[in-house]
Amino acid sequence: MKDTALRALDLAVRTGVSYADVRLVSARDRILSTKNGQIAQASASESLGLGIRVLKSGAWGFAATDDLSAAGIEACAKRAEGIATASAAVMCQPVHLAAEPPARAVWISPCGVDPFAIPVDQQVALLLAADAELRREKGITLAEASLEIVRTRQIFLSSEGADIDQTRTTTGCGMWCHAFGDNEIQKRSYPNSFGGQHQLRGWDLVEDIRLVENAPRVASECVALLSADQCPETEGSLILDSSQLALQIHESIGHPIELDRVLGTEANYAGLSFLTLDQLNTLRYGSPIVNAVCDATPAHGPGLGTFAFDDEGVAAQRTPIIRDGQFVGYMSSRETAGVLGQQRSNGTMRASGWHRLPLIRMTNVSLEPGESTLEQVFDAEHAIYMETNRSWSIDDRRYNFQFGCEIAWEIRDGRHVRMLKNPTYGGITTEFWNNCQAIANRDHWTLWGTPNCGKGQPEQVMGTGHGASPARFSRVRIGGGYGC
Amino acid sequence: MLTQPECQRIFDIAWKAARSLGADDVELLFHSNEESLTRFANNAIHQNVSERGTGISVRPQAGLRTARAETNRLDAASIAAAVETAMAILRSRDEAPSLLPMAGPAPVPVIARFSQRTAAITPLQRAEAVRDVVAIARSAGQTAAGAFSVNQTADALINSRGVHCHHEQTLATFSVTMMEESSSGWAKGSAVDIGDLDPAALAADASRRAVLSRNPREIDPGRYTVILEPAAVLDLAGQMFPDFSGTAIEDQRSFLTDRMNQQVFGSNITITDDAGHPLQSGTPFDGEGVPRRTLQLVDSGVPREVGWSRSAAARHGLDPTGHGLPLPNDIGDAVMNVVIAGGSHTVDQMIRETKRGIWVTRFWYIREVDPYAKVMTGMTRDGTFLIEDGEVACGIRNFRFNQSLVEMLNNVEALGSPVRASGEEYMDMVVPAMKINGFNFTEVTRF
Repeated sequence: MKDTALRALDLAVRTGVSYADVRLVSARDRILSTKNGQIAQASASESLGLGIRVLKSGAWGFAATDDLSAAGIEACAKRAEGIATASAAVMCQPVHLAAEPPARAVWISPCGVDPFAIPVDQQVALLLAADAELRREKGITLAEASLEIVRTRQIFLSSEGADIDQTRTTTGCGMWCHAFGDNEIQKRSYPNSFGGQHQLRGWDLVEDIRLVENAPRVASECVALLSADQCPETEGSLILDSSQLALQIHESIGHPIELDRVLGTEANYAGLSFLTLDQLNTLRYGSPIVNAVCDATPAHGPGLGTFAFDDEGVAAQRTPIIRDGQFVGYMSSRETAGVLGQQRSNGTMRASGWHRLPLIRMTNVSLEPGESTLEQVFDAEHAIYMETNRSWSIDDRRYNFQFGCEIAWEIRDGRHVRMLKNPTYGGITTEFWNNCQAIANRDHWTLWGTPNCGKGQPEQVMGTGHGASPARFSRVRIGGGYGC
Repeated sequence: MLTQPECQRIFDIAWKAARSLGADDVELLFHSNEESLTRFANNAIHQNVSERGTGISVRPQAGLRTARAETNRLDAASIAAAVETAMAILRSRDEAPSLLPMAGPAPVPVIARFSQRTAAITPLQRAEAVRDVVAIARSAGQTAAGAFSVNQTADALINSRGVHCHHEQTLATFSVTMMEESSSGWAKGSAVDIGDLDPAALAADASRRAVLSRNPREIDPGRYTVILEPAAVLDLAGQMFPDFSGTAIEDQRSFLTDRMNQQVFGSNITITDDAGHPLQSGTPFDGEGVPRRTLQLVDSGVPREVGWSRSAAARHGLDPTGHGLPLPNDIGDAVMNVVIAGGSHTVDQMIRETKRGIWVTRFWYIREVDPYAKVMTGMTRDGTFLIEDGEVACGIRNFRFNQSLVEMLNNVEALGSPVRASGEEYMDMVVPAMKINGFNFTEVTRF
């Protein structure tokens, strides 16, 4: 692989460009799933290809190919150079890259028990066992379980001398069930929606999740939802479990702090951000107990956004985003760091594969744990507690959001008093975070994986990480969407 | 791009390898693409990319077991390795009682959807088109952002029972947002033939909407008559078509469960799935090589047909319709070529005939709130207008909606002529503009 990448870099540099980098990516995955006691998906895939990114006359060009013959690589390099030449025809200002010392490193993410070493029949047996447990509950009309494992090795070389060989292994596993009756469909998922939990780990993640042991509770809740009371339409206190709060962070903190979005380059597709540059260090994003970071370092945990170097060779970093409620940081790239007056990118450029251009993407954008016990978070005279995302929507500048969850409970004086179905809540981003009243401590903090974040054209689907613990918010609009 | 002889060569290698490992049959899917895309924002090109790739997906079958493996390495050893991987998974799984023998050959219509002049577009030509659009923006004092993409793809399916399908197509897509200090406008189009795509006209349309929506007023949410552009109809109505699936109904996860052959929508709603429609794109065969049949999804408001894969159809004593997804999968079947029948109204006419209402350019971030009532939520974006006394009164701040699609399609007052529409929330479809009464806007945002 290394020789191929070196050849590609050499050919790219020979086209006369001022900067070039090459990412040679080898990816392998295995996807297994079950549905109502039968195997639904059973597949594996492998791919190998490279992407060449060049700067010429201050403009970008990018070309990718899986034809790794000498002729194929040479054609790819020439295509990248030709595209950069065309880009220069419609340019405002030449691209300037923030300096980055060229790294030379080999990094392999720790993954515990190698998930590819576990026999397929053992993996299928676990999914089928969970599937069967779900269907033991009378009233379950559809039961599914899934496992997805991915290993990606990337060699990154740049004309500045960077030479990085990085391998990441991720595992995702979960189950879900439906109950249909009386003109409604209810669903419960475990440990999260979006196919469950996903982390930069191996088979030990699957064992920790304990699908089979949790299946009876999940199935029972699903059927009970059919006869539960409708979540009332009200304004009041809201308590979110950590998985739903992770998605809240993703949508209302993670996306708004993408500097490319702030600078307008996603205006046509993913949208803009309300966090215009004048908001930095001036906006009160949340209440004083709200602290958020963007942290790709392994010390933060085995997240989908954990790595050693980003896809333009910048070392993983921990960047404060919200400190004591104050907005203090964006996610940047080598091209955009200078806009903030920063000397260095904070390392958030990521591509979904060899065929795609790196973009500013979330790494692990997490809410720091608070100081409350779980009992203190639930210590409300009256509140609605919601678990597990069902729907999510936010406007294209990230102000107005509405989320739905699979299940809720009414809380009175700190105690669960009744189950509620079809819960939703909505609000305005900064109002919501400024009404954060309590955040549970590190004992209840989980680094969740969001495997399906879409951005860019052509669209790139990326895995991101979000750490959160349960939290309570006041003055939240609850129950909207069902009064129609 | 993969040619038919190349596909056959690869198939022969895979079939030999599969037989030697004990497979009864083998099926190969082939996909190759060349995709180029120029993105612009702030009146300049900021991303400009090109990718070329080819992949195969091999599915051996032995008795009642099957599995799939994919690779983009097309040398003989890599192809054989993919077969081995699939066979290893196959041997590890239980039998699937509903698995059928692979499909046999059936006539698949050849649909011409490849334009040589689309395929020949160069990066410089894309840049020139962007330069012209930027000139329109600058002359209006606006800022342009968008994307101009050109794709060519080849898809094929060959199996050991004699199925041999091949399809090539091109698609050019241009999307543009024009922005002012307080407003924006958007337009998007796509076509097989680049000659049918006019970036400058799309830019002019987006520019006009940005001007019209300057200094947007905030008005109260509530139920309004709305006029939805085709892209807005596409992105919202499109959310219900995954439910037009025999497997989804069998699984009781479709809103059509217990509703087929009933008057679900208004009598002015008629919908087909037609892979051969001249404004459609995509392959004329499904994931098992079955020719796509035209389906009468909704006839005068009554859901009549859904897509059926071979195995789901067999379980219900029906014929497959050519809408199966590649096996093995958990979804079953999906309609891909939706055409909503229209009427004779123009959007201008709908506006003139509206006392008070909202005109919507596009929707954004649409998600399902309730799967059976089919309540969707989302936002308006890039050009939302108040209509008063038959005229556009002003731009307005964007709304959030919570709207049942079942209810919405019972409240359609007028339909435009169907066009090929492109949005961002669902695949391209052929749909008309719609005037709809009682549309439920529930909140307003800050811009």
